[in-house]
Amino acid sequence: MNKPILQTDNISMQFGGLTAVSELSIQVLPGEIVGLIGPNGAGKTTVFNMITGVYTPTLGKIYYQGNEITGLKPDRITSLGVARTFQNIRLFESMSVLENVMISKHVRLNASLAEAVLGLPRYTNNRKAQKEECIELLKRVELEDVINEPAVSLPYGKQRRLEIVRALATNPQLLLLDEPAAGMNPNESIELMQFIRRIRDEFHITVLMIEHHMEVVMGICERIYVLDYGLTLAQGNPEQIQNNEKVIEAYLGVVELDA
Amino acid sequence: MDEQLRTKFILNIVFLLAVALLIYWGQHNLNNFEIRILNLAAIFAILGVSLNLVLGFTGMFSLGHAGFMCVGAYTTAILTMSPGSKAIIYFMEPIHPVLANIQWPLLPAILLGGITAAVFGFVIGFPALRLRDDYLAIATLGFSEIIRIIVTNTITITNGALGLKNIPSIKSLWIYWLAAILTILVIKRILNSSWGYAFRAIRDNEIAAEAMGINIFKHKLLSFTIGAFFAGLAGALMAHLITSVDPTMFRFLFTFQILLIVVLGGMGSISGSVVAALIVTIGMEVLRIVEQPMDLFGVVEIPGLPGMRMVIFSILLLLVILFYRQGLMGTREFNWDWLLNKLDRLKDRMRGEAA
Repeated sequence: MNKPILQTDNISMQFGGLTAVSELSIQVLPGEIVGLIGPNGAGKTTVFNMITGVYTPTLGKIYYQGNEITGLKPDRITSLGVARTFQNIRLFESMSVLENVMISKHVRLNASLAEAVLGLPRYTNNRKAQKEECIELLKRVELEDVINEPAVSLPYGKQRRLEIVRALATNPQLLLLDEPAAGMNPNESIELMQFIRRIRDEFHITVLMIEHHMEVVMGICERIYVLDYGLTLAQGNPEQIQNNEKVIEAYLGVVELDA
Repeated sequence: MDEQLRTKFILNIVFLLAVALLIYWGQHNLNNFEIRILNLAAIFAILGVSLNLVLGFTGMFSLGHAGFMCVGAYTTAILTMSPGSKAIIYFMEPIHPVLANIQWPLLPAILLGGITAAVFGFVIGFPALRLRDDYLAIATLGFSEIIRIIVTNTITITNGALGLKNIPSIKSLWIYWLAAILTILVIKRILNSSWGYAFRAIRDNEIAAEAMGINIFKHKLLSFTIGAFFAGLAGALMAHLITSVDPTMFRFLFTFQILLIVVLGGMGSISGSVVAALIVTIGMEVLRIVEQPMDLFGVVEIPGLPGMRMVIFSILLLLVILFYRQGLMGTREFNWDWLLNKLDRLKDRMRGEAA
């Protein structure tokens, strides 16, 4: 069996008296698309924030590629190869589409600020190569026609896509998507599903996603974890989840039929 | 594209030459008082641009600029005063023997003024930049006052509250405006580099910037230290312009004057800060007229009211904030693309009318 790319070992997060996440253990294998679902307030985003270092779990440990990453700073975790998007879109408002993507390359710049100010070749060449790399990336995801537009002027669906591309530009191996289909109509959702599957295959990455749209989750996730009030309710493949009584009761909804 | 780049390059050269010519003209045709005002404007341009880097581009509400100026001014003053005048001026307590016989040339002393301020910025930024927004403003304000108190009380080094006099004077427009132009060029290059965008990313959305791998604290500290360096440089130049310094010069009110320039010019616009620095400095002098007795059409006579120009300036600022909140330039910059575009459109229209 493959070694998991991401593993959480009984992680819990408490905010004062509130337990947002309780003893969550998940495993994500390389190349998988795994879903994290649950009703509002179930603690899904908190899980993402713990994995990406925004919060340090009160208890438990997180392993990425076999190494413990619990409590590392977000920028450190990103540089290890974990990238994310946000539930409420967080683009850099003052910048163009290309500039947004290029921010992800900043840490990989192999030159000093002094070299940049003096315009020395190591900086200019490096930066030019990064720019071309980003343009190439934007072409691959069909955003090349809006490269110089202000990022915030894009339609909603494209902003979501741009956020994913920006995360991809950090060269991740694990991509965390926080409600990528939020606010999308059925057509856009289908497009998004294809997009996520495509980037998984093309960029050889692993995807862990939070999502409410059941068609999307059931459509592309190979395994699903269900959270409710910080507790792990169930896990399994889409079919098992759809037929799990506890999940139906807590989340998917019970249809009472009159006899 | 290449042709456009060349045009812009030529335009830049022409612009710099025009500025040089203007300075040359000013140096020979303006009187001492007017030159002094323009030199002060150059210093305020440096201050405005450097505060804009910190506040407008990196989004850190820092109010410590007066403190960093103070450090720069005192550094260059102590290093360049002649041993003779030091012996006379430090009459309360003699100057520390190590400093008594030092006399550096001006340029390295001014540069060291900036560097010392940068060191202070680094040391202060280390604890303070863990804070945000108004908390950061209060912390930096506090540190800036602490610097002033330290300067007031280290009498063997700074001569305390008595201040320093007989600092070698620099009168030339060239020096101040060359310093201002170099500052603007360096900060512009920083802002157009990958680091500049990282600073903007932090301002736009700190959480996202961090998720893109940017070390927030390191970049904030970098921006803050660069800002402190240029504030120190401006302080050093100010010491040579006024030829005397004392701790009360660098009260926090001074920082507000710089803040006024940044807000008036537009937070996030370098050219805005430069224009605002000129307007505010020259305006302050021109408005001295309103402080003299006035005779309005023989109907009303207004006696001279000292402080009247501050009233007018406050009203102006109020109007800007009420009706024109983004300042003169907003986040736009003066650039050739915009001008060339305008010219093209004008040409088209002319041709259209001719036909």
